[in-house]
Amino acid sequence: MSRYILRRIFFLLLTVLLTSLLVFIVTQWLPGDVCRIILGREAGQGAIETCRQDLGLNQSLPVQYLTWLGDFLTGDWGVSFSTGLPIYPVVMDRLRNSLMLALVALVISIPLAVTLGVVAGLNEHKPIDSTINVGSLAVVGLPEFVTGLVLIQIFSFGLRDLGLPSLPANSSIPPGTSFMEALPMLILPALTAMLVLLAYIARLTRAGVVEELKQPYVRTADLKGLPRRTVTIKHVLRNALLPTITVIAISLGWLISGLVVIENVFNYPGLGRLMIFAIDRRDLPLLQAVTMVTVLGFALANLGADVLYGILNPRIRLGE
Amino acid sequence: MTVIDSGDGTILDIKNLTVAYQQAGEWLEAVREVSLRIQGGETYGLVGESGSGKTSLVLAVMRYLEETGSIRSGEIHLGDLDLLALDDNQLRQVWGKQITLVPQNPQSALNPSLQVGDQLIETLRHNLNLSQEEAERQAVEWLKTVRLPDPGRVAAQYPHQISGGMQQRVMIAMALCTDPQLLILDEPTTDLDVTTQAVILDLIRDLTQEQNTGILYVTHNLGVVAQVCDRVAVMYASELVEDAATQELFSKPLHPYTQGLIDSIPRMGDTKDNIQLRAITGQIPPIGEAPSGCVFRTRCPVAVDICLTRPPLYPAGESRYSRCHRWSDIDQGEISAHQPTPAAIPEPIKPDSGQHPDLKVKELTVHFPLLRSISDWASNRPSSEVRAVNGISFELSPGHTLGLVGESGSGKTTIARTIMGLEEKLSGSIELLEIPLPDKLSRRDLDTLRLLQMVFQNPEEALNPHHTIAETLRRPLIRLSGLSDSEAESRMVELLQAVRLPASYAGRLPGQLSGGEIQRVAIARALASNPELIILDEPVSSLDVSVQATILNLVGELQADLGTSLMFISHDLAIVGYLADQIGVIYLGSLMEITGPDDLFQSPHHPYTEALLSAIPLADPSRKGEPIHLGGEIPNPVDLPSGCPFHTRCPRYLGEICATQAPPWQVAEETGKQIFCHIPLAELSASQENMIAERSKLSN
Repeated sequence: MSRYILRRIFFLLLTVLLTSLLVFIVTQWLPGDVCRIILGREAGQGAIETCRQDLGLNQSLPVQYLTWLGDFLTGDWGVSFSTGLPIYPVVMDRLRNSLMLALVALVISIPLAVTLGVVAGLNEHKPIDSTINVGSLAVVGLPEFVTGLVLIQIFSFGLRDLGLPSLPANSSIPPGTSFMEALPMLILPALTAMLVLLAYIARLTRAGVVEELKQPYVRTADLKGLPRRTVTIKHVLRNALLPTITVIAISLGWLISGLVVIENVFNYPGLGRLMIFAIDRRDLPLLQAVTMVTVLGFALANLGADVLYGILNPRIRLGE
Repeated sequence: MTVIDSGDGTILDIKNLTVAYQQAGEWLEAVREVSLRIQGGETYGLVGESGSGKTSLVLAVMRYLEETGSIRSGEIHLGDLDLLALDDNQLRQVWGKQITLVPQNPQSALNPSLQVGDQLIETLRHNLNLSQEEAERQAVEWLKTVRLPDPGRVAAQYPHQISGGMQQRVMIAMALCTDPQLLILDEPTTDLDVTTQAVILDLIRDLTQEQNTGILYVTHNLGVVAQVCDRVAVMYASELVEDAATQELFSKPLHPYTQGLIDSIPRMGDTKDNIQLRAITGQIPPIGEAPSGCVFRTRCPVAVDICLTRPPLYPAGESRYSRCHRWSDIDQGEISAHQPTPAAIPEPIKPDSGQHPDLKVKELTVHFPLLRSISDWASNRPSSEVRAVNGISFELSPGHTLGLVGESGSGKTTIARTIMGLEEKLSGSIELLEIPLPDKLSRRDLDTLRLLQMVFQNPEEALNPHHTIAETLRRPLIRLSGLSDSEAESRMVELLQAVRLPASYAGRLPGQLSGGEIQRVAIARALASNPELIILDEPVSSLDVSVQATILNLVGELQADLGTSLMFISHDLAIVGYLADQIGVIYLGSLMEITGPDDLFQSPHHPYTEALLSAIPLADPSRKGEPIHLGGEIPNPVDLPSGCPFHTRCPRYLGEICATQAPPWQVAEETGKQIFCHIPLAELSASQENMIAERSKLSN
């Protein structure tokens, strides 16, 4: 098992290193001279040259890459071109916001999605199975800005118009807001994210349950005379939920950085919006930093999924 | 809810049971009006080929039919308990406590994510209301009872960590620990090696001997039935066709189907030179398509007009029954229900000896590296490897058949795959027609591919399901034999004829054919390029016995016609002995013995061959041999034993020499048999004679 984990970590480091190289190369290729962007169209050639000197842009690419990577690893992420502020604290604040949102989204989604998937799987081809399937698919088919706006209509404006306590439509929390303070503003974006995840997780869970129910060991368990509920919980779900757990861990990566649309709809200051901001402003150091954090997030989520799967599956834990 | 004995000792009473499956709005009968009675302490064999309905019968008895299946009529009583009247909750009180099951494949029947001990404890706790501590204690006790070494350690292991034989012992412990009224064994040894099977059969016999448990033993293997069952019921096309005490059934079968089944098993000592196997013509009809009247009449050698009406189950003596109108004619010897005996397969044209061999394998060694750690992976140098094949040499003369026998893990399939270019060898050489074969398939020219063909174990998986038979056959004809489209067309028809398939099959897909028919197509495909050598890897092991015989006869005849060399791989000694001119016995990637078919059953034997021979259950209840039990498990090929690879399990282990020195190849003077053993041949002969006299006797 430790060998398995070590190997996973090795591959994680390799992945991150390769993507860092990719990020570096791609940002090099972006059109437009960095100093021209910083200093504006009117700047003279001399000023540009000084700027390039300052930023180390005249050095060879490998040296630039290594310098950049070294700085990144030591937490020196540089200064944003567009705001002039240090990047590290900004990205960390946004990361924290994204993690809070991801956490709330997962806490809402998992129990519901897994329950729906298990119920559908145990009742394969029965009306309740079709209902769950069609329902969850219908929801996932809607774009996030539609579901987000519908949720705002209902839970913010609708409730408020009825004179009931309502949820805020605008989730723009200031930096450093505590989790409890932010919670009311997290619920609507998290619900929107849940609607995207729901069908995905539920369908996977259903497939896992259907697949495992066909396995001969289920017959063995039935024929021991165990109650159906024990057979389902102790025998079927133990194996059927393995792929689901993996997918949930992986979807954490998407929740951290892929919620661009949702963040925009709710005006939520997460990593996704920061990335769009960086792209808009050609803010290369900021873009590089956000991308690297995103990649790390995905890679760590994957590692978590692999390790969790290994721990839960004795065939991996103890070697095949 | 306890079962009260109904007075006459009957445990299971099935009356007129009919089971059907709903398919496209129609009810197809899988079991038709079957009656059975199992007494306490009795082992009742239920024999039938795939599609006979035996599985449906068992599932109905357990009330575990799938949703499309239903019990249409009849009664099932367990003691006084009407099983058909129970609802799901009541059934769960019967399951595990009064009826238990040992299934075919223990690997998949155990939950992969639970420790073996916990799975046993669970059934003990639930059914016997034991405390956790008491259940734990009894679980270890039961693991000891089924003769698992170090039961405490096994209890803490997961199914994938123990061998198939050990898994099956756990299943047996699980089935017996609640002292059930009825134990159902559903092909419990079919997936196991023959030496493991012998151990498991002994275990079942010993553990159930003094119990009052009734046993329903379902199998297709007549040898197993002959060795363990008191009574046998034979099923064919949903019906019970014969029911008799084991001894009577085997000595005088009174239904032509039973006779056909018994006849179609190759006996140890039969060779293609002295007898052709008696196959049952045709094949078992699919469910719902059995002929009217007698279900067997379309394949029966003695069918007459009266067989167009459905025969009742005639009482044919004291507590024996036959569903054949002509049972008394058969009984009195007026007609013979034997399938017509074909003449021996003619001797193939074998060029004079002294000719160059078709295939020459020398010191072949194949290892599979295991890249275990990151440093292994980084340096690409394995710290350990699976040593699948270790220095094997043999030659195959033109027109001859070489048989390779071994249990799972012996390396026999690896040898075949390496010759075919599907695996790479570590060292040694392979020459085809005196030309060294390149390792990689991609580096072999078309002519080599043409000369060397293979038939695989599972024809359903080996043929592309989306290609018609014509497409499958045409491809090698055009690509390897270089025929034009029209030439290929006519040759294809000839090929189908050669494997006794109608030309109309050309347009069909593999899914529309039965297992036996698909295997014929696979053989035709291998023949298409007119190869010099065909490797057949377990070509009949997934087929029913009656179909097996047909395929074996076909292979023999085709070889006699075409003079193709064959390499025949099987775990079945009788089949290899029947077809091969020369036989190699493999254990852990090394040859143990090389022998001719006539001497395969003559002493001296290598101790491993001896154990294999003794473990085969004979289809003759009057000859119960004592199988030699091999101690322990087959060693892991990663850590091969030093010296003789068999020394860790050898019942004739001499001492240190076996563990330290590789044995010499000894040659028996009279027969030319070669044996890889330290024990002098004379000594082996002397100690083995008795067993051999009893078991190698040609029967019938």
